[in-house]
Amino acid sequence: MYLLILALPLLGSLITGFGGRWLGRYGAAILATTCVLLSTFLAILIFYEVGLSGTTCYISLAPWIESGTFHISWGFLFDSLTSVMLIVITVVSSLVHLYSIKYMENDPHCPRFMSYLEVFTFFMLVLVTSDNLIQMFLGWEGVGLASFLLINFWYTRLAANQSAIKALVVNRIGDFGLSLGILVIFYIFHSVEYMTIFSIVPFFTDYYLVFMGFSIHGLTLAGIFLFIGAVGKSAQLGLHTWLPDAMEGPTPVSALIHAATMVTAGVFLMVRFSPLLEYSPVTLFTLVVFGSLTAFFAAMTGVFQNDLKRVIAYSTCSQLGYMIFSCGISCYNVSMFHLTNHAFFKALLFLSAGSVIHAVSDEQDMRRMGSLIKFLPLTYSLMLVGSLALAGFPFLAGFYSKDFILELTHISLYPNLNYGAFSCWLGSMSVFFTSFYSFRLIYLTFMNNTNSNRVIVNSIHESSFLMSLPLIILGIGSIFVGYLTRDFFIGLGTNFWGSSIFILPQHSNFVEAEWLPVVTKWLPFYLSTLGILLASFINLTPSFFSFVLKFPRTLSFFSFLVNKKWYFDILYNRFLVYPSMYFGYSVSFKNLDRGFIELLGPYGLAKLMPLWSSSLSKLQTGQLTHYIFFTILGLCLLLVLVLFFYSPLFSFSSSLLGLFLILPFFV
Amino acid sequence: MLNQINCISISSLLFLISILGIFLNQKNILVMLMSLEMMFLAVSFNLIFSSIYLDDIVGQVFSLLILTVAAAESSIGLAILVVYYRIRGTITVELMSLTKG
Repeated sequence: MYLLILALPLLGSLITGFGGRWLGRYGAAILATTCVLLSTFLAILIFYEVGLSGTTCYISLAPWIESGTFHISWGFLFDSLTSVMLIVITVVSSLVHLYSIKYMENDPHCPRFMSYLEVFTFFMLVLVTSDNLIQMFLGWEGVGLASFLLINFWYTRLAANQSAIKALVVNRIGDFGLSLGILVIFYIFHSVEYMTIFSIVPFFTDYYLVFMGFSIHGLTLAGIFLFIGAVGKSAQLGLHTWLPDAMEGPTPVSALIHAATMVTAGVFLMVRFSPLLEYSPVTLFTLVVFGSLTAFFAAMTGVFQNDLKRVIAYSTCSQLGYMIFSCGISCYNVSMFHLTNHAFFKALLFLSAGSVIHAVSDEQDMRRMGSLIKFLPLTYSLMLVGSLALAGFPFLAGFYSKDFILELTHISLYPNLNYGAFSCWLGSMSVFFTSFYSFRLIYLTFMNNTNSNRVIVNSIHESSFLMSLPLIILGIGSIFVGYLTRDFFIGLGTNFWGSSIFILPQHSNFVEAEWLPVVTKWLPFYLSTLGILLASFINLTPSFFSFVLKFPRTLSFFSFLVNKKWYFDILYNRFLVYPSMYFGYSVSFKNLDRGFIELLGPYGLAKLMPLWSSSLSKLQTGQLTHYIFFTILGLCLLLVLVLFFYSPLFSFSSSLLGLFLILPFFV
Repeated sequence: MLNQINCISISSLLFLISILGIFLNQKNILVMLMSLEMMFLAVSFNLIFSSIYLDDIVGQVFSLLILTVAAAESSIGLAILVVYYRIRGTITVELMSLTKG
């Protein structure tokens, strides 16, 4: 059962990938979906057995690499953390599979699409189930590869190619950090297996690496490198630019990869390495700073985006920021809880957006939609559920996780935990922005008067049952999953996590969160309601909105700046990408490879030899006297050399040497 | 006086002069041949002096041998010179530059 959950998606992927031609469109789709549904079923069983019954399962399959002390085996570790991730991955993946049967119905490459989705699921499962860093890295790179293939699915589109390459390269920067982290961990602990590392971490709290005279805290270095990996994969500030561009892929891909699973791999890594991060306050501080900055930045950028999917992508980025800084304030279980809930409502939002885009003939600009509430009531209601859950409306999924994260940041305002104020302020502000852009999206898409043309309006239709069913399931999930799973994720004194998450006792502050002042507990709700009200006010009275945007120039400049994503891409291109590409072309290619090395190597020699030989042959002028001169000169040289090297009394021959040197001149 | 220094310096001076005569001469190939003869002379003179000085006959034998070789060589050289003159009509060394590198 435990290995079957991995084997099924791989098998399905291989069969649909290589045999798609014979299976046909529906055959491939049904096979792929069946495989993932079966592994969902297995995941639920595993969740029951591992998560609820508390029986951690460890499978050591076969040795992989053995070299001295470096020992890796194919091992699979199923603890409660893994079981939660398995549920998230397989449920979202199978619903996305179901959804894309209908969504990709008219696409000529449906089996390929299904195969890619399946292989993505497989690699994601490898990532979460592995018991060592190397196997985890296999899954990590595998999901990067699968994301490249899926973003690039419509490979004839230039934009899809560009954004796929961007996603892969930007991810690779993070992967470099992660591989450095693996190396550092192996250097410190002489092992890459989780069990070994986590059990001996407490003995290495005072371990310092000495590098060029600097002594660096070993655990901090490892933690920072791992975090760089998470920055790339989870689209934190700095390497976040790939995520909004990854919306070039089909919408189910965005739902699967960029909402629910792949981007959560970074958070999963942080949670998995909680025993290591806990001993490194600097890393935790970095997590808090980057996470809260990402949450705030992405939430603010989402406000002025006009692309339906891009708004949701920035919202994903923002929520990932929440998860990361929640890890930073040592609340790993809350982070996992938010990850689970977020997977449900973000997949719901993305798939609903796909449904909307499908309905209005692949139009993604929100400004050209409007009044879809009459045409798509089901999609509207589900999207409303998703948006409310995202905004943290009481008793929906987001309320239980997101508001609890914010409450915990209030706790860390207390002096025993430092640097929480930063995340508290930024997190609270991004709550406001989150609800604002969610409801701006709702208003622009569903409520306001329509801006699309008549032909499109006439062809709007609710999507079929096969597309609605995953939406409905995810809608139910986003309503209930937070309430149902709250107690064993973050309940007081829950032992659900067992030993998979480690929190230092002095960092643990769940009890305090229960006795916060009521006002601070209500604060996120107030802020999100304010955001909803503001969005309603602006959209219900459009004249006011245009007045506000047009009147002060600074404000319009600001909105322009935010709409252009704070010029991150342009700055990166101008100051990093173009200079490095220029360096690569001009310096390393033209000057070094084709220049200097070629001059020393074949090209220069081939050029020099004829030159030398022709100048040597020019010495033979045909004049007898010259020949004689050279003969005598050569004779003199020979004599000099003989005297120089064979004379036992070298000191005496120096005068002779002088004689022979003078002789040619005399001649 | 037939002392060592004089004889060696005379012969080597003769040798040097003949070398200079070979390649400072640009005009006439006859001068070149004569310089060559002088070179043989210098070498023979040196050999004869050495044979007397060392009281050994071999040097004089060699100088006799060189005498014959030099005679044969000069006769062949002059023959080539005559043939060359017949063809080219000139014996200037400067103009003998048909074979170049």
